[in-house]
Amino acid sequence: MASNAAVPFWRAAGMTYITYSNICANLVRNCLKEPYKTEAISRERVHFAVSKWTDGKPETPTIRTDTPNV
Amino acid sequence: MLRRATALLTRPVISLRARPFSTDVSETPVADTSFYDAWKKVIPTLEPPHTPLTFMKPRPPTPSSIPTKLTVNFVLPYNSELAAKEVDMVIIPASTGHMGVLPGHVATIAELKPGVLSVHEGTDVTKYFVSSGFAFIHANSYADIIAVEAVPLDRVDASLVQKGLAEFTQKLSSASTDLEKAEAQIGVDVHSALNAALTG
Repeated sequence: MASNAAVPFWRAAGMTYITYSNICANLVRNCLKEPYKTEAISRERVHFAVSKWTDGKPETPTIRTDTPNV
Repeated sequence: MLRRATALLTRPVISLRARPFSTDVSETPVADTSFYDAWKKVIPTLEPPHTPLTFMKPRPPTPSSIPTKLTVNFVLPYNSELAAKEVDMVIIPASTGHMGVLPGHVATIAELKPGVLSVHEGTDVTKYFVSSGFAFIHANSYADIIAVEAVPLDRVDASLVQKGLAEFTQKLSSASTDLEKAEAQIGVDVHSALNAALTG
């Protein structure tokens, strides 16, 4: 740690600023009125596939998605 | 003791001013001249391409008299809420307390906490709820406000806020680890800020 200065409580608990601000943003999104809430939450969705390459060939990809039924 | 006093006095003062603040407005060069010179040496027949610098509008220098309006840029990751809008005042929910910013404000960087950002334009007041972010106030009466999530206050559902506040207050009392406690504390903070914004 670079400095021993007083830190916010979330920093002391081991969170980074990105984690903290994303939690805050998520909580705000969950408190919106209906048309805006779905819109804001769907904006944050991610969908990707990751596969490791061994011996020049990709292994079966693992899919990380927030929309499982698509 | 004062033997070195003359040396101290004659020491160049430049060292004090050598490191500008990041909120200071630097003289943005219109183009990267060293790149263009190198380009002309290699390919003198072809026009050099545009670089990001040529697309950037240089910021106006700090005027000698205080302007009447504050120019605000308010941006979110997915949207630009206010782009170079001239307003009278903004009130920023800084982590050190609410901060009113008028034209001619001293250059500052402020971390934002969950709270209400109000934009005053004559008699019109627009209120946004920002989750967290940063505000950069430049010496030339420009303010850049950056937030992760921000919504106009009338889009917040009061019943969901009450529900969330009760849920996280309960979570805070039952949390065992430091991380759980911090997460619950963030929940309580955000929902109390939302509640205060709606009622106050």
